Amino acid sequence: MRRIISILMENEPGALSRIVGLFSQRGYNIDTLTVAPTDDETLSRLTLTTSGDERKIEQITKQLNKLIEVAKLVDLSEGAHVERELMLVKLKATGAQRAEIKRTVDIFRGQIIDVTPALYTVQLVGDSSKLDAFVDSVGEASVLEVVRSGVSGIGRGDKMLAL
Amino acid sequence: MELLSGGDLLVRSLEAEGVEQIFGYPGGSVLHIYDALYRHKTIEHFLVRHEQAAAHMADGYARVTGEVGVVLATSGPGATNTITGIATAYMDSIPMVILSGQVPGHLVGEDAFQETDMLGVSRPVVKHSFAVKSADEIPEVIKKAFYIANTGRKGPVLIDLPKNVTNPADLFEYKQPGKVVMRSYNPVSRGHSGQIKKAVDEILKAKRPIIYSGGGVVQGDSSELLVKLVEKLGCPITSTLMGLGAYPCGGDQFVGMLGMHGTYEANMAMHHSDVILAVGARFDDRVTNNTAKFCPDATIIHIDIDPASISKTISADIPIVGSVHQVLTDMLVQLEKVKDGIDDEALKSWWGRVKEWQVKDCLKYSVADGEKMKPQQVVETLCKVTNGDAIVTSDVGQHQMFAAQYYKFKRPRQWINSGGLGTMGFGLPSAMGAQVAYPNETVVCVTGEGSIQMNIQELSTCLQYRLPIKIININNQSLGMVKQWQDMQYDKRHSHSYMESLPDFVKLVEAYGHVGMRVDHFSDLEAAMEECFALKDRLVFMDIYVDPNEHVYPMSIAGGAMKDMILSKTERT
Ligand SMILES: Cc1ncc(C[n+]2csc(CCOP(=O)(O)OP(=O)(O)O)c2C)c(N)n1
Ligand SMILES: [Mg+2]
Repeated sequence: MRRIISILMENEPGALSRIVGLFSQRGYNIDTLTVAPTDDETLSRLTLTTSGDERKIEQITKQLNKLIEVAKLVDLSEGAHVERELMLVKLKATGAQRAEIKRTVDIFRGQIIDVTPALYTVQLVGDSSKLDAFVDSVGEASVLEVVRSGVSGIGRGDKMLAL
Repeated sequence: MELLSGGDLLVRSLEAEGVEQIFGYPGGSVLHIYDALYRHKTIEHFLVRHEQAAAHMADGYARVTGEVGVVLATSGPGATNTITGIATAYMDSIPMVILSGQVPGHLVGEDAFQETDMLGVSRPVVKHSFAVKSADEIPEVIKKAFYIANTGRKGPVLIDLPKNVTNPADLFEYKQPGKVVMRSYNPVSRGHSGQIKKAVDEILKAKRPIIYSGGGVVQGDSSELLVKLVEKLGCPITSTLMGLGAYPCGGDQFVGMLGMHGTYEANMAMHHSDVILAVGARFDDRVTNNTAKFCPDATIIHIDIDPASISKTISADIPIVGSVHQVLTDMLVQLEKVKDGIDDEALKSWWGRVKEWQVKDCLKYSVADGEKMKPQQVVETLCKVTNGDAIVTSDVGQHQMFAAQYYKFKRPRQWINSGGLGTMGFGLPSAMGAQVAYPNETVVCVTGEGSIQMNIQELSTCLQYRLPIKIININNQSLGMVKQWQDMQYDKRHSHSYMESLPDFVKLVEAYGHVGMRVDHFSDLEAAMEECFALKDRLVFMDIYVDPNEHVYPMSIAGGAMKDMILSKTERT
C-alpha cells in the first residue's frame, strides 16, 4: 500500500543522506521525495512516498524515528490529508493538436507557462493520480519531457506536524 | 581568559567526560591532536598495531566497564581500518566514540591525499556522526557524542575532524557546555505503566512461563533486578549469547543459552512455553530459527529500549518500550503488590517437563580412548582453573560457542564476544581493552588458530603495555565452524576451511616477547593451565591442539522451529 510519510527534521548537512541511506540499507523503496526548510530555518520538512504492508511501514517509521536528526514524523496516509504534486511537462503542440492540448490543460486546470510555435510547457498541480491522468489524456506521443516535484502533503483540519 | 587550540579543546573536552584512556594510531591529519595528548599527559593513549584493533580495544573496554570507549585514527586508511570495529560495536549496541581525522577543510572533496568520506563510509554502522567545522564546536560536539553513544540503545558515534580544526595557531576560549538538550533526541526510559501491568497479569496467568534475557540486561546494568525477578517468578530462564552472565550460569533456574547452539532444554522450553518474557533481547535469527514456526503457543511480552526492535521479526503481544532497568524496577513493584498470584501447581508440572529435557544432558560429549583432546575439555578445564571468575573474551567460530556453552559465567560483563557481527579478530584486542580497564583481573581470550591470526600483530601492543592476557588458542587446525557446515551441508567438501602452514605459535609469541606453551594431550592440560595462570604478570599463549573433527552441538535445524535440533552426529530431535 502506498504511504506518504512526512518528516520534520533538523536542517543540518548529513541529515538527508541518513534518511536516504536508511532506505537503501534496509531494503525499503522511496518512490518520491521532496525536502525544503520550513518557516523555522533550523527545521526541514521532508515528504516521501513509499509502499509496503503494515509491518514494513511500522519498521520504516520506527527506524526513521531513531535517526537523531528526525524530530517528528507522521504517516499522512493514516488520516485525512491533502497531497499535492507539481508537474512541468513539455508537449508537442502543432496543428490541430495545439487547440486540443490547450483544452485538456484547461480541463485539468493547468497553465501553459511557456510557448514556442511547436511546443507548450504546461504546469499542473494536483495529487499524483491527477498528474498521471493528464499525461494519459494528452497521450504519450505528445509528451517530450516531464518533471515532477514529488509529493508534498499536509494533514487536514487542525492536525499539525510541528514541534 | 584561557585560549586553547582545537587539539587542546578536544583533550579538555575528553577530560570533562571523564576519559582516562583512549586507543589509537597516529597519522598526518591527527598530528595536532597527538601533540595535544603529548603535552597534556592526562589521558593515557594506547598505541595499537592496526586501527581495527583500536576499535575493538575501545569496544572491549566499554563492554567490561559500561563506559564509552574512545578511538582515535587518522584520515583515510586509518579511519577505514576502524570500520569493522565500529560495525562490531554497532551490532552489539556498544557505546563508543570514534575521533577520525580528516584532511583540512579546504581540501575536502578534492580527492586529497588520505581523504575518505568517512561520514559516508561509516553511516550505516554508526548511531550518529558529527562533522566538526570549527574548533569552537568541539566541546559541544564531544559532549553530545558521549551523550548519544551512552543513552537509549547505545552505539558508536563518529566525529570527523578536519585537520585545520585542530590547528595550534587558532585559539579559542573553552566554554564548558551545559546539559545536553536535543529536541530531536529524547530516549525513553520509563515503560508504559498500563503495559507493565498487563504484562504482570499475563505472567501470573501463565502455566508455562519462561524468561528470555539478552544483552540489554547487561548493557542496562540490570542484572540484580533480573535475578530478583527470576526468583520471584520461579520460572526457567534462558539467555542469549550476549546476555550470558546477567543471570549466573550456575543458578538453579538457568536452563542454558538458547538459539542455534543453545541447549536442548532451553530451546524446548521456549518452544513449549505459553508466555515468553523477553528482556533486552531482540529475537534475532540465530535465536528464533524459522519465525513462522516460532513458539506457537506463546504470548510474547517484549521489553526493549529500542522501539524498532519490537515486532521487527516476531510480533509482540505486549510491547514495553523502556529501559530494562526502569521497566524491571516497575515490574517488581507491581509483583510485590500481588500476594499469591503465581500458579504453583502449573509451575511445578512445567518444571517437571523442563527437568525431563535436562536429563538428556545435551552438552555431554564423549572422548574415546586414544582420541585427541576435545575443545570442550579445554573450556571446562579453563573454567575450573580460573574458578569461573575470569573475564573471558572470544573470537568467532566453534571455540566461541564452546566457550559460551561450557564456561560458567557468574556475573554480567564477564563474557565479551562479537555476537551480532561475528567478527573474527575481535578476541585479542577486546581482551586488551578489558585488561586495560581492569589491570588486576584475570583476562582470558579464547580463540582459534584462524581468528587469532586476524589481529595477531597486537601481541606487540600487549608487550608495550605489559598486558598479561592469557590466550587460549583452541587449535583445531581448521576454520572449524566453516568446516562443520561443510561437513553437514556440503557432503564434507572442505573448500578452503583448513589451514596448512600454521605458524609455530610458541615461537611466534616468544618472538613478540611473551610466553608460549603448547599442549597436545589432555593429561597435560590442567597442569599446564595452572602454570599459565600462575604467571600473573606475563602474557601467556597456550597453543592447545584439539580434535579437528569435533562439531558444536546442539545445532538448530535450518528452517525449523526452536524445538528442531541436531543433537550429535547421529541424533536429531
Ligand atoms: C572476519 C571474518 N571472516 C570470516 C568469518 C566467517 N567465519 C566464521 S567462523 C570461521 C572459522 C573460524 O576459525 P577459527 O578461528 O580457527 O575457529 P574454530 O571455528 O576453528 O574454532 C569463519 C571463517 C567471520 N566470522 N569473520
Ligand atoms: Mg580453528
